[in-house]
Amino acid sequence: MSTSSAALDHSHDDHHHGPAKGFSRWLFTTNHKDIGSMYLWFSFAMFLLGGTFALVIRAELFQPGLQFVEPNFFNQMTTMHGLVMVFGAVMPAFVGLANWMIPLMIGAPDMALPRMNNWSFWILPFAFALMVSTLFMEGGGPNFGWTFYAPLSTTYAPSSVTYFIFAVHIMGASSIMGAINVIATILNMRAPGMTLMKMPLFVWTWLITAYLLIAVMPVLAGVVTMMLFDIHFGTSFFNAAGGGDPVLFQHLFWFFGHPEVYIMILPAFGVVSAIIPTFARKRLFGYDSMVYATASIAFLSFIVWAHHMFTVGMPLAGQLFFMYATMLIAVPTGVKVFNWVATMFRGAMTFETPMLFAIAFVVLFTIGGFTGVMLAMTPVDFQYHDTYFVVAHFHYVLVPGAVFSLMAAAYYWLPKWTGYMYDENLGKLHFWMSFVGVNLLFFPQHFLGLAGMPRRIPDYALQFANFNWISSVGAFLFGFSQLILLVVVIKCIRGGKKATDQVWEGAEGLEWTVPSPAPYHTFETPPDPSLIKDQ
Amino acid sequence: MLSKAKLWLSLAVGTLLMWSTGAHAAWELNMPRGVTQISRDTYDLHMTIFWWMIAIGVVVFGVLLWSIINHRKSKGAKPASFHESTKVEIVWTLIPFLILIAMAVPATRVLTAAYDASASDLDIQITGYQWRWEYSYLPQSADEEEVSFFSTLATSREEISNSMEKGENYLLEVDNPLVIPTDRKVRFLMTSADVLHAWWVPEFAVKKDNVPGFINESWVIVEEPGVYRGQCAELCGMDHGFMPIEVHALEPAEYDEWYAEQQQLALAEQELANAELSMDDAMAQGEEIYTASCIACHQAGGAGMPPVFPALAGSEKATGDVQVTIDTLVNGVPGTAMAAFGRQFNAVELASIITYVRNAFGNETGDLVQPADVNAIIEGGQ
Repeated sequence: MSTSSAALDHSHDDHHHGPAKGFSRWLFTTNHKDIGSMYLWFSFAMFLLGGTFALVIRAELFQPGLQFVEPNFFNQMTTMHGLVMVFGAVMPAFVGLANWMIPLMIGAPDMALPRMNNWSFWILPFAFALMVSTLFMEGGGPNFGWTFYAPLSTTYAPSSVTYFIFAVHIMGASSIMGAINVIATILNMRAPGMTLMKMPLFVWTWLITAYLLIAVMPVLAGVVTMMLFDIHFGTSFFNAAGGGDPVLFQHLFWFFGHPEVYIMILPAFGVVSAIIPTFARKRLFGYDSMVYATASIAFLSFIVWAHHMFTVGMPLAGQLFFMYATMLIAVPTGVKVFNWVATMFRGAMTFETPMLFAIAFVVLFTIGGFTGVMLAMTPVDFQYHDTYFVVAHFHYVLVPGAVFSLMAAAYYWLPKWTGYMYDENLGKLHFWMSFVGVNLLFFPQHFLGLAGMPRRIPDYALQFANFNWISSVGAFLFGFSQLILLVVVIKCIRGGKKATDQVWEGAEGLEWTVPSPAPYHTFETPPDPSLIKDQ
Repeated sequence: MLSKAKLWLSLAVGTLLMWSTGAHAAWELNMPRGVTQISRDTYDLHMTIFWWMIAIGVVVFGVLLWSIINHRKSKGAKPASFHESTKVEIVWTLIPFLILIAMAVPATRVLTAAYDASASDLDIQITGYQWRWEYSYLPQSADEEEVSFFSTLATSREEISNSMEKGENYLLEVDNPLVIPTDRKVRFLMTSADVLHAWWVPEFAVKKDNVPGFINESWVIVEEPGVYRGQCAELCGMDHGFMPIEVHALEPAEYDEWYAEQQQLALAEQELANAELSMDDAMAQGEEIYTASCIACHQAGGAGMPPVFPALAGSEKATGDVQVTIDTLVNGVPGTAMAAFGRQFNAVELASIITYVRNAFGNETGDLVQPADVNAIIEGGQ
């Protein structure tokens, strides 16, 4: 961090103190920018770790037959890959962005609850150390899939499951604290003149996401606690032999799990809604309808959970309700996509790396949305359910969806964070390699699923061989391309062309009114209300 | 884990092998249309929704692409200032809504039909086990025997570990396939003895979870005789990928013949329970069953995968008191992956497995266990 410009800006303040030196700066920091940076670095590390697990999976699936790993270890890899990517990579990355950008966007000096902010970050590395350590325990780590369906995760689980439960509790606590902090900040700390309907969409989507987190994380905590009781204290919540119900587990899990997928995508909508207008040099087509669409999606996310369970044996009326409700989600999601396209239509576009990732997001997320509508159709879902078609669907919305939006966000705000422009050529190389890799990786999985390949299998029938090796080649291309991002970020921190305050020609919003890099303390006095524009 | 270099090397070699052998060129892109009315309706729904999505994609991505090509700053494009239009928002809310209603109507019709499992001609209970299927033909009158058998992967371990050429139906073949008649309504009653499984045959468009403690229904009327294959679709532990489904659909007359034969076999099996086994027979049958059903956990040579799957070679339970060995196999070890196999095998098979385990892998106890010994434990336990 550059302290020189911070010192200049605040030279009037005798009591001003910059960041502490050394490790204690990071350990004790209550500064939203420091905590945001730590969240982002942590999530990138988890992204590489979860990616490594994925490459073990794809290496094993490169050819039919068992080559590299045992089936039991393979199951540990699919489980860990899912858990690390969802809870370690995507969610903390968005919390990192929220920490960095929400105070800057609403003209607040910091997050509302800075000490809790520190704590909610610092318990995360412990949670993940605990969870990943199970891989080295006797009997191995969790091997029951990231959805940990009972009774495979209770009666039949390896003994390390208790560590997994404790780790999930800590992650949940971290998320709930983060969410409380975001809500408290947005509702209490907006600069004068920053009315709710003037907030950037990223702030709006995060506000709604935070409510989703507070609503469903306790349900997750409840369900893992019930597992803990079944395993250690003789209860039978999920044990049919004791009068329990294994299907109850799925209802509880997906009541958390479905809003969870929106937790991972709503902030992505916010990021893309910031980037597209900037590089199209044109206002977002329909700000109000975007806000309402986000709220509608959030509401619907609570009443569609059982579409993950169409084959579980629900009554017909239940199947129909969840089918109709799920299909409805396509409407507000469509509104979002149409708005982004309408924003680009007749704009004056340039294609810097953030814009490339944002456009790829719109296209590839929409493809994931199309398969989502197909999956909503219950009778057809009987054929798609638990196959690679589903794997392709949710990876399309999560990787070229959520993860691409994170890449876009990183490139978009990197100059504001470091004070330097990143290397555009390397950025574009990163984009194109990721784009080719991700499609090579996930598109053939649609065909595999339709042709009948179930998910979570370490070996497969010969008719699935061709698309599997293509998918594996794509996986390695995509995986290793992510190291380019690491190079870009390190280069950008160390220097480069100086970034202006505005950074991007078409950028609008309070974060572009502060110097680049953003000083350690910003908006200690509220910004001039005239800087706050209508959306 | 592999070193990076080794991984790349194996990738490169693998790619070459794939190209050179052109092995099993299967580029199947779509789901099968199947052999039942429901499966064809499902396929048609799938294709209809697919084309709708393509149509929407062409419009949306078309506008996007057109904008990318024409409305770029480098071409001197000036940004327009239009912004917010309630009319446009209503239009692009309503059109998708109408398309969805158009899709929901046929989907509701197909789903309702698929859910009508009433008036079946034949009921088969399908029970999932780690990692095999049990098919029980429910007797339709009091004088019928219950025909019941297990269906286990028939692909050899050598094929899986790549030390033998893989056969045509690699991982999709079983020892005892499910046999059903064509043109009759067959109802499946799905349940499980341990964890969740899901019974799936794509050609029937039937996929239903097997939930322990619950019974789910599904049904088919297969219109074409033939062999249909599927797999377990719900993660059920280590060998989830190794419990395929094979269904033989026979003409009704052929099926009736097969079923009568099964009735005879069921009677004969009851007789057999009182038979005396010879050491050689017991060892041979025991090895066969061990290789098919025990080896996944306890491994070749009884080495096991401690601590989850204990070794059998030299173990206390396999070499100590013979009653303990029988009890372990028959009743399982609660709270572990060791299932109660008492119901999964008949007394002759159980006696053979125990004899084999107590004499193979250097466990030279010399014991020969008889079906009567096993029955004593089974009856004593009840």
